[in-house]
Amino acid sequence: MENEEREYTVTIYTENQIGLLSQITNVFTRHGLSIWSLSAGATSMEGVHNITIVTAGLEKKVKESVQQIEKRVDVIKAFFYTADKIVYRELCLYKVPTSALLAKGDIESLLNRYHARIVEMNKVFTVIQKTGLSDETARLHDELKSVGVLQFVRSGRIAVSRAEQEPVFKFLRKREKEEKQQSNQ
Amino acid sequence: MNSENAITGAEALWRSLQAEGVKTVFGYPGGQIMPVYDQLCHYEDVIHHVLVRHEQGAIHAAQGYARISGQPGVVIVTSGPGATNVITGVADAMTDSTPVVVITGQVSTAALGTDAFQEADVIGLTAPISKWNYQIRTADEVAWAVARAFYIARTGRPGPVVLDFTKDAQVGLTDFHCEKCRFIRSYIPDPKISDQAVNKAVSLLDNARKPFVVFGQGVVLGHAEKELEAFLRKGDIPAGSTLLGLSALPSDFPLYRGMIGMHGNVAPNIMTNQCDVLVAVGMRFDDRVTGTVNTYARQAKVIHIDIDASEIGKIIPVEVGIRGDARKVLSLLTERMQERRRPQWNAAFDRCDQVEKEKVIDPEVHPAHGMLRMGEVVDRVVRAGKGKAVVVTDVGQNQMMGARYSRFTQPRSFISSGGLGTMGFGLPAAIGAKIACPERPVCLFVGDGGIQMTLQEFGTIMQEQVGVKIVLLNNNWLGNVRQWQELFFHERYAQTRMPNPDYALIAKAYGIRCISVPDRESLAPALEALFADDAPCLLDVHVLEEGMVMPMVPPGKGIHEIMLTDSEWYN
Repeated sequence: MENEEREYTVTIYTENQIGLLSQITNVFTRHGLSIWSLSAGATSMEGVHNITIVTAGLEKKVKESVQQIEKRVDVIKAFFYTADKIVYRELCLYKVPTSALLAKGDIESLLNRYHARIVEMNKVFTVIQKTGLSDETARLHDELKSVGVLQFVRSGRIAVSRAEQEPVFKFLRKREKEEKQQSNQ
Repeated sequence: MNSENAITGAEALWRSLQAEGVKTVFGYPGGQIMPVYDQLCHYEDVIHHVLVRHEQGAIHAAQGYARISGQPGVVIVTSGPGATNVITGVADAMTDSTPVVVITGQVSTAALGTDAFQEADVIGLTAPISKWNYQIRTADEVAWAVARAFYIARTGRPGPVVLDFTKDAQVGLTDFHCEKCRFIRSYIPDPKISDQAVNKAVSLLDNARKPFVVFGQGVVLGHAEKELEAFLRKGDIPAGSTLLGLSALPSDFPLYRGMIGMHGNVAPNIMTNQCDVLVAVGMRFDDRVTGTVNTYARQAKVIHIDIDASEIGKIIPVEVGIRGDARKVLSLLTERMQERRRPQWNAAFDRCDQVEKEKVIDPEVHPAHGMLRMGEVVDRVVRAGKGKAVVVTDVGQNQMMGARYSRFTQPRSFISSGGLGTMGFGLPAAIGAKIACPERPVCLFVGDGGIQMTLQEFGTIMQEQVGVKIVLLNNNWLGNVRQWQELFFHERYAQTRMPNPDYALIAKAYGIRCISVPDRESLAPALEALFADDAPCLLDVHVLEEGMVMPMVPPGKGIHEIMLTDSEWYN
């Protein structure tokens, strides 16, 4: 197990500081880890950003990288998980020719089977949206090949941990208390 | 900004530096930092600006200054080439945990990203090699950024911080208020020590028969020298130092058994692979310390104490990792562990010492005839300095000889570029060290290769009359590489032979006294002259050309596999 390369999802919480994303990806590069997917955005807490990266490698390497990332001053917390420890999804958009799609018929059952939906339809093309795991989204892509996929884009993975509460929130509350204590001193 | 108290960002910088207690800065002016230099005239009575001759000299001087004073060294340079010239020093300070605050000029925000004259992406360039960096884009940010920079540079595991100061932020106005930074929520410089880990370590120590301590610069950075002594005394535990840990313990401290690593002493290296509990304090198991990792201390249970969580378990698997300040952790361990006497275990080191003395030290330090040897010179210089001198080294044989044969009586007495191994570090670092402690003699050991990498700093010595004692161990070779070529590259001496200039003439050009030491007879009078005053002086010492640093753990060997001479191994 220890010497086996596995897929890991790295979840990083950061301050909103310019240049931080490149510092984080630098750590992956330096440790020879490829980034399979990356997504970044604001969280529910003001000023706190979330970056989710999917990578694969030896646990030791990934752990080392995560520690190096957490060491950056403006990184609040960084975690890494195997797939069984998180709930995760990707978002996909498929652009297909409307005429071919209509000719195929039975669109509704196809969409239902994949929990997909149409987000835009015009005379020329139709955009189908699907969220899910990468193999599901790939299967829908395969099935749509018969009508011709004009464009297919996939977002980076986003994930929540299976813990009841994200440990980062607990951490930030603790730090808030410590800051108050310190300023009272 | 309509307040009458408004000042420019440039002036705000000087005020902020003053508020941080900065007394000395090392720098070099240029186009995009001119507004800052323009305001210097108002602060020259409180802040001493040392004008270097190349920006690399500024940062190494600041590193030397920081190592001695314990306060961040401050560097001010211009944008573009000024900034890229400090890069080596930033990387060096990062590897060696040296607190440095570097302020680089930068083009105006409007010109950022346009390939403007002397524009370089300083934030991008320095991000992976600095502890923190920040681009100041408005004058209002100056106080905040400087306070934060100093807080980050000097706390936790110290390191270099870069502030990239745009021209418009320098000339813009701000209603200046001094700021202090004491808290950053995402940054925990002094982590809470795990009680459980401490107790587990105590139990390992109480049950240990042959414990051994290896310590590094963390002891110095954490002001834990006394606590380390107390810990060792109570447990009667022998200890070895890394290169950067040198001088944390006095050389004559009974439980101090010398330096570990590639050119370290035999006893601590051999015993690393014989102890049953290995306690690592404020060190990071550099490959020059461990030799091959898979044969390093495999028999021992390892306790690793470090303030940087990412170091624990990085190289050597640990039984107990304790994240925390060395001083606090050592105090806790000392308080809780049992007192012990271990005469037999400590005596086991003596046999190794005896072999090293006979085979290596005596021939090096007391040669019967022939050319002067590097170890011999270091020994005599340090004796002449009565063990009070700060020893600065460059990189290579001079560094290893300086480390091996210096003797120390007080902490913060040894400065060297350890992790990055930056040739050219020595001369400017010695300048910074001397400025930080004018009352102490500062001796630089440097080779004929390294001195020429930053030779231009003779100009700084001349201008500031910095009383550095430069001991040039001149062997007409890049000696360390030559040694490897002889031992491991079939004696093919590719590009390591280096004809030298006449150093006496160079020194004369800068008004620095130079004493030539061509042989053994001329060494003693030269040393007398060297320490007779506090003026800068260069000793050009001609040493044995083929001199080698021994003992040596060759690359790819375990730390217990030690060459004593080019043909004899320790066994």
